[in-house]
Amino acid sequence: MAVWEALLELADDHLVLGHRISEWCGHAPMLEEDLAMPNMGLDLIGTARTLYDHAGKLEGKGRSEDDLAYLRDEREYRNCLLVERPNEDFAHTMLRQFYFAAFMRPYWLAALNSADATVRGVAGKAEKEMAYHIRHAGEWVIRLGDGTEESAARMRDAVEALHIYVDELFDSSDAARMAEAAGVLPVRADLRDTWERTVSEVFAEALLEQPKAAYAQRGGREGIHNEALGHLLAEMQVVHRAHPGARW
Amino acid sequence: MYSQGLIGADGRTEETPEFLARFQKRIDAEEKIEPKDEMPEGYRRTLIRQIGQHAHSEIVGMLPEGNWITRAPSLRRKAALLAKVQDEGGHGLYLYSAAETLGVSREEMTEELLSGKAKYSSIFNYPTLSWADMGTIGWLVDGAAIMNQIPLCRCSFGPYARAMIRVCKEESFHQRQGYEIVMTLAQGTPEQKAMAQDSLNRWWWPSLMMFGPHDADSQHSDQSMAWKIKRFTNDELRQKFIDATVPQAEYLGLTIPDPDLKWNEDKGGYDHGTIDWDEFWRVVKGHGPMAKDRIKARKKAWDDGAWVREAALAHAEKRRARKIAAE
Amino acid sequence: MTATTPLWEVFIRPRNGLAHKHVGSLHAADEVMALQSARDVYTRRGEGNSIWVVPSAAITASDPDQTAENFEPTADKIYRHPTFYDTPEDVGHM
Ligand SMILES: [Fe+2]
Ligand SMILES: [Fe+2]
Ligand SMILES: [Fe+2]
Repeated sequence: MAVWEALLELADDHLVLGHRISEWCGHAPMLEEDLAMPNMGLDLIGTARTLYDHAGKLEGKGRSEDDLAYLRDEREYRNCLLVERPNEDFAHTMLRQFYFAAFMRPYWLAALNSADATVRGVAGKAEKEMAYHIRHAGEWVIRLGDGTEESAARMRDAVEALHIYVDELFDSSDAARMAEAAGVLPVRADLRDTWERTVSEVFAEALLEQPKAAYAQRGGREGIHNEALGHLLAEMQVVHRAHPGARW
Repeated sequence: MYSQGLIGADGRTEETPEFLARFQKRIDAEEKIEPKDEMPEGYRRTLIRQIGQHAHSEIVGMLPEGNWITRAPSLRRKAALLAKVQDEGGHGLYLYSAAETLGVSREEMTEELLSGKAKYSSIFNYPTLSWADMGTIGWLVDGAAIMNQIPLCRCSFGPYARAMIRVCKEESFHQRQGYEIVMTLAQGTPEQKAMAQDSLNRWWWPSLMMFGPHDADSQHSDQSMAWKIKRFTNDELRQKFIDATVPQAEYLGLTIPDPDLKWNEDKGGYDHGTIDWDEFWRVVKGHGPMAKDRIKARKKAWDDGAWVREAALAHAEKRRARKIAAE
Repeated sequence: MTATTPLWEVFIRPRNGLAHKHVGSLHAADEVMALQSARDVYTRRGEGNSIWVVPSAAITASDPDQTAENFEPTADKIYRHPTFYDTPEDVGHM
């Protein structure tokens, strides 16, 4: 276990979620969202790129951002399960985005004091991006939660479906614990209160309730994913892998 | 795209000769026409149709390239392509807004697109079959669009001209990112180079068709030229495009799939082979290989999104009511 | 057919010291979403640091038919412009 692997986990989170949200491009419920969602996707992919690059350098085996993104299988991907969940509908997509951003905002704020200069650089940029994602996705959660009967039902379904992937956000893998001990990355478990506060404020306006007990699903950090990730990666990696060694 | 926006445009007007002469004088003096100004009905109708079709082209145009966002072979390309397709959505949005100043709503225009009543550029009814198509589309399709769009920045209708200025500013990266993709492939492995050539073979002729029928067969051009909705003829723009593109292909070591293409010293431009106008009209009339799929995808997005738009409106209504109750 | 989502006019201030300038319009159900969409649509290339959104329906515009009576009477009031007045060159710029 090493610090670079903790960065890889973070990079995978951002790439997989960025990829998921990019799947909407051209198919959004309104043109304005056809512009809003790619903005979020580009933020996430941008962060993933910097983190992959840095992880590759720390690993010291000459792996580039593309080597890391395109040449690992699902068992080697380290993202949390939340981000790989399929888009389903706009309610699922916005809630997933909101949950993730509500976690990453305080995470990056804490990372502003990282012992690692690159992480500090990413944090300075990403905390603002996440603040906006909270706002945009959060406003949609409110509108759908307190909109029509249909939208409220869909929003409740999304809450029910995604709830079981929340706890994993606050788990630290062995690699993450190493990075935390070294002062490179923030302690995940410490962010729970802030996350709960962000979510409960929005849920109050959205007339939504957080389900209480649920059996939390985990495993992403060990490469034990849901089946959806394999298909995402197959699609993402197909061209790159069909031409080994080619430049793009 | 977009000179095809005039196909079927009905520029006839009922106004008196005095009125039309007065209007023409303003146009000739390069005055811009603004939405609430008096204008011949034919001018208004031509613009609504052209701007609407231009907007539809941008929106449908998101689909063929959107088809490859999830498969882009590097993260750098993935980000650029996503940003590019997003820009096209923005162009559609600016253009719908410009048309809306003439009293037609985006919902009405969308319904015309989905019902098949409104047309869009034929180029987007071809399939994207390899990563190289992302390069070729940026290089040729955006290249051809830019040729068409730059003169539209001086179009006589103010909102259209202003939208086009914004569009043209954003377009400048599209063609360059496309050419860079093709260049990387052309200088890559033999398989990559073959992919680039195959892509050029498939997109070359449809790109030439983007400029619309030959001037002699283009019925609505004269009135639109007089009204300065259009500034160059289809053939003029096509010629410009070919002359600019041939050296770019030569630089890449790619072959343009036209055995009759050759430099004509006298005219200072290239002569080209015969365009397959049967294919052109077939595609314009909605029988392009991807036509059904494109409309189906747009219709699905619109229908699946209805509950979201309704929820947003319902919520806005509740907010208003709550605000009034609180006062 | 769904109800129409209202139209908004968007104004952007490129930087402090300049006025907000009209840049285009968009559709949104309410002012919060209008502002967010304006940010996502019209400031993707660093176009500004402040946004106004105004419901298009809230704009009252002058009537083009009254353009002449509104704006032509001002044309002959040339005494409102500094160049109407003679000042001796010796007194310098005034
Ligand atoms: Fe275009
Ligand atoms: Fe465009
Ligand atoms: Fe473009």
